[in-house]
Amino acid sequence: MTDDLASLEAETVAALSAAGDLRAWDAIRVGVLGKSGRLTLLLKALGALAPEARRARGEALNVLRDRLAAAIEARRLALEADALAARLAGERIDITLPPPPATEGLIHPISRAMEEIVAIFGAMGFTVAEGPDIETDWHNFGALNIPAHHPARADLDTFYLPPAEADGAPLVLRTHTSPVQVRSMLSAPPPIRVIVPGRTYRADHDATHSPMFHQCEGLVIGQGITLGHLKGCLIDFLRAFFALPDLPVRFRSSYFPFTEPSMEVDIGWDRKSGEIGGGKDWLEILGSGMVHPKVLANCGIDPREWQGFAFGMGIERVAMLKHGITDLRPFYESDLRWLRHYGSNPLAPAMLHEGL
Amino acid sequence: MKFTLSWLRQHLETDAPLAALTDTLSAIGLEVEGVEDRGAALAPFRIAEVLAAVPHPNADRLRACQVSAGGERVSVVCGAPNARAGMKAVFAPPGSFIPGSGITLKTGEIRGVTSAGMLLSLREMGLGEDHDGIVELPADAPVGASYASWAGLDDPVIEIAVTPNRGDALSVRGIARDLAAAGLGELKPWTAPEVAGGFASPLGWAIDWPEACPWVLGRLIRGLRNGPSPRWLAERLRSVGLRPINTLVDITNFFTLDLGRPLHVFDAGKLAGPTLTLRAGRCENLRALDGRDYVATPADCVIADATGVQSLAGVIGGAASGCEAATNSVFVECALFDPVRIGQTGRRLQIASDARQRFERGIDAALMRPALEAATRMILDLCGGAASTVAEAGAAPAWRREASLRFARLESFGGVADLAPETAVGYLEKLGFTPLARDAARVRVAVPSWRRDIAAAGPLDLAPALQAQRATLTEAAHEMEAEADLIEEVLRLHRLDRVPPVSLPPLAAVPQPSLTPRQSRTALARRGLAARGLVEAVSFSFTDRQSAAAFAEPAAALGLLNPIATDLGQMRPTPLASLAQAARRNAARGQTAIALFEIGPAFTDPTPQGQHLIAAGLRCGAPARHWIATRKLDAIAAKADALAVLLALGIAEESLSATRDAPGFYHPGRSGVLRQGPKLVLAQFGELHPSLRAAFDLPAPAVGFEVFLDRIPEPKRRRRALALAALQPVRRDFAFLADADTSAEAVLRAARGADRALIAEVALFDVYADEGMAEGERSLGVEVVLQPRERALTDAEIEAVCARVIGAVAKATGARLRSESA
Repeated sequence: MTDDLASLEAETVAALSAAGDLRAWDAIRVGVLGKSGRLTLLLKALGALAPEARRARGEALNVLRDRLAAAIEARRLALEADALAARLAGERIDITLPPPPATEGLIHPISRAMEEIVAIFGAMGFTVAEGPDIETDWHNFGALNIPAHHPARADLDTFYLPPAEADGAPLVLRTHTSPVQVRSMLSAPPPIRVIVPGRTYRADHDATHSPMFHQCEGLVIGQGITLGHLKGCLIDFLRAFFALPDLPVRFRSSYFPFTEPSMEVDIGWDRKSGEIGGGKDWLEILGSGMVHPKVLANCGIDPREWQGFAFGMGIERVAMLKHGITDLRPFYESDLRWLRHYGSNPLAPAMLHEGL
Repeated sequence: MKFTLSWLRQHLETDAPLAALTDTLSAIGLEVEGVEDRGAALAPFRIAEVLAAVPHPNADRLRACQVSAGGERVSVVCGAPNARAGMKAVFAPPGSFIPGSGITLKTGEIRGVTSAGMLLSLREMGLGEDHDGIVELPADAPVGASYASWAGLDDPVIEIAVTPNRGDALSVRGIARDLAAAGLGELKPWTAPEVAGGFASPLGWAIDWPEACPWVLGRLIRGLRNGPSPRWLAERLRSVGLRPINTLVDITNFFTLDLGRPLHVFDAGKLAGPTLTLRAGRCENLRALDGRDYVATPADCVIADATGVQSLAGVIGGAASGCEAATNSVFVECALFDPVRIGQTGRRLQIASDARQRFERGIDAALMRPALEAATRMILDLCGGAASTVAEAGAAPAWRREASLRFARLESFGGVADLAPETAVGYLEKLGFTPLARDAARVRVAVPSWRRDIAAAGPLDLAPALQAQRATLTEAAHEMEAEADLIEEVLRLHRLDRVPPVSLPPLAAVPQPSLTPRQSRTALARRGLAARGLVEAVSFSFTDRQSAAAFAEPAAALGLLNPIATDLGQMRPTPLASLAQAARRNAARGQTAIALFEIGPAFTDPTPQGQHLIAAGLRCGAPARHWIATRKLDAIAAKADALAVLLALGIAEESLSATRDAPGFYHPGRSGVLRQGPKLVLAQFGELHPSLRAAFDLPAPAVGFEVFLDRIPEPKRRRRALALAALQPVRRDFAFLADADTSAEAVLRAARGADRALIAEVALFDVYADEGMAEGERSLGVEVVLQPRERALTDAEIEAVCARVIGAVAKATGARLRSESA
């Protein structure tokens, strides 16, 4: 390489590294490779040389051109990367800023408990039945073997509404979800396997009683349904609901007008700690029994052919036990602080395969 | 029902420990509500004699005593003013725990005098408030004996809940019988001693109302001396919480509890004979033994002498003819009353007497004569005197019933396979059932007179449509009921815990859905609203009349006849009423940005069709402040919530239209109704009316919505097949100038309808007004998306569609194009 070419290369490389931005870089590019650039002029001057000299000179110039073009391009990439880095550095934000709060809503613990109850009984083949809150005396009492003078009526603290007909019996706010048993039996022939979660009403208001509360009724009618099934079904439910496979469950004789035999169901717990399943104490959790033959007959089902069981449980009660809630009243007070504490995520509904 | 262990042992021969007795009672249906064992805390305390009591040498108020509790003399320093030599007192040795003070005693020295124990006051023993001095016992109290046992306080008191069917268990003997049948001992035999009458009773009976009182016995005893009861009787009553009154009254209370047989004693000297009549009340006033005045109506059965009412039969006696200490002749009444009428009288007059409690459940008709004999005997024994013959009226009602049990039913109904027929019959026999006939398959038994609940065979209360089948169904029910009664008796004594649990047989390998489509859509609406940031509330279905009236004219038919409080007296017209109250409470507690929803009932009339399921929501208050600006609440935010529910439940947005006819509790200009077609209203939404907002003290702004879940049509089962277009969509923007009366919805609908095949989407991207426009005029920025299907559109075709859009909008609404941007 002749001296002039070597110095062109050296000067160009030096200039490129000195170029601080793309503008300076472009000036160098034009000064070397542009129309009147130094290398372009040298290439144009080739024509004036003798053929021998032209070839050698041409070869040298081509090599130099390739090298300079590569050096120029490399410098451009480097300058662009520097420029981007500088721009991004200027775009820094405070990443500790809080994002807009999630507009998080929640499901009420009563709804949640109902969902769980339905999921578990659903797996046992139950469907959900419903009925009106304002009932006739017959649906709430008469059909269920609670005649007008029955002492059990006095215990039920019924709310009354004006009678539908002038001389008729007053309507009632249902005192239990049991009238839906009657509606279920009248609406379709057995076999029947339904649960009835819903609102119920009794004229009682203190720390442990609310004038409105929720119950879940259950009714199973079939041809071979025995008291053994009653026990199995309720034990299966309680152990699944409290997620305690060894939960102690006991059955005590009792009395309800609409079942016979009737029984109360207790689960094991520790009175002191409130822990379910532990300790030596028993806690009453639901009432149940074999459906009374008169109830079946009142609804047109022949008790010689069909038999079954029914049960009723307080939804607030099981929700309180499961979540360690000690006071009944806040369930209905809609205090957002309470709801935010005890509410559950709407995107995680009760599903057996995800676990309750 | 309260009783003591020693009382129970009068009827039950048993060595079972207390815990076994109480566990068994609960298991067999006589639920134990409490056991009070006062003796346990008093066990260390002994009866002692104070041998000497001298003033303490170093303290003015103390006395230095020498005490013997049967063993050696001990020195005790005592502060009681009544401590004196020779008295009998209660001594607590060192190491004993004093219930009244919570201290465990130690031997100590008080100002130089040893004190090895303590003499106790009632309060220190936890037996009362009396702290004037130490307990002074009678001179004959045995030194060294356990105080608790001497005082009868080591006798546990058991309280059980008796269910309405078990009148027989309202007696100590009935409880003993159940325990014996459950294998916890033997029922002691009991026979009434017969007392021959020495003269004819000068008082007789007449029954004017046999339906209320079928049978009555009575007996006069004269020449007796009434007064305080002997100690055993007074203590027995006191132990179960009854106050002893005088011997005659105490004897009736004793038999009420012991045999479940209420009796009444009239002071014969205060009755005007010769006849006591059982008749209906004539709106007469009676001052009763409880000191209160009652009016006996024609619905109440009374016992009247020649001067008038002397007793509310079977409920409470009259004060005027009551027995007092001075009573020297008594007429004892032993009657059967109709349980239903007793219950009605007791409920109406709010008298909860022991007599009512038992008559209401029905009592043992076969016990009439024996009980009267036993009571006569006890009166003669305790008060002396001479008894007349028995005066009576009416006759024993038919109480004999039979029931049959097929042994196979113990398994096929009761679920217990290994219960031998002998065992089952044995249980029944111990309860007093008498086998009448038995073979390998079944037993027929006579029901004992005290079990009125077995084979009672009451009438059916059939569904109206089933009246034609009454005979068949009644026969079936009675047959099965009597058998179920017996199975219940056998299983409860055998113990329900011995019935093996069996899981329900599956109906299908994979269960069917538990919810109807409507129910699962309700669940979806709940989750959807919560996911939009609303918190679910559950509130009472009733509210106060005034709050209800703020939403709809309160219907009288929806007013409770017996509300528990006036603020819970009216069935609510919408859950929004409850939410408004909840929002007020939350705002008062300083909550901001309140967002609540409830899915629950609303009531328009009391029929099942008048009860509606509504998803309602309420948002109020300024949104929480944040450095990123948040949108203010307005009616359109409420519309978005309502719409989100409807879309989630499968309603197509295009099928809905919004009209301005929301009810008056919404802001008239800022509310609407979402409807499908002219008739079907699916939801309403809007800003709450400012006067409603003010009435409920809600922070501004306050918006709400109601979605009528019952009215939402079932969604179509199948989705349309999807055809994805290969070609790019074409977007064109329009700015329409619309006048005040033109709704955005009409413009968008017209634009969408301009070419159903090509127009895939229409969106409102801008609403704008400036001074250049006429009053009320708006510019609506509309984006129309064209989706070519088979080939790309030419410019001419696009222009043609745009022209159709402009034309359709103009024709439908009068809005004209303001400018067009490509």
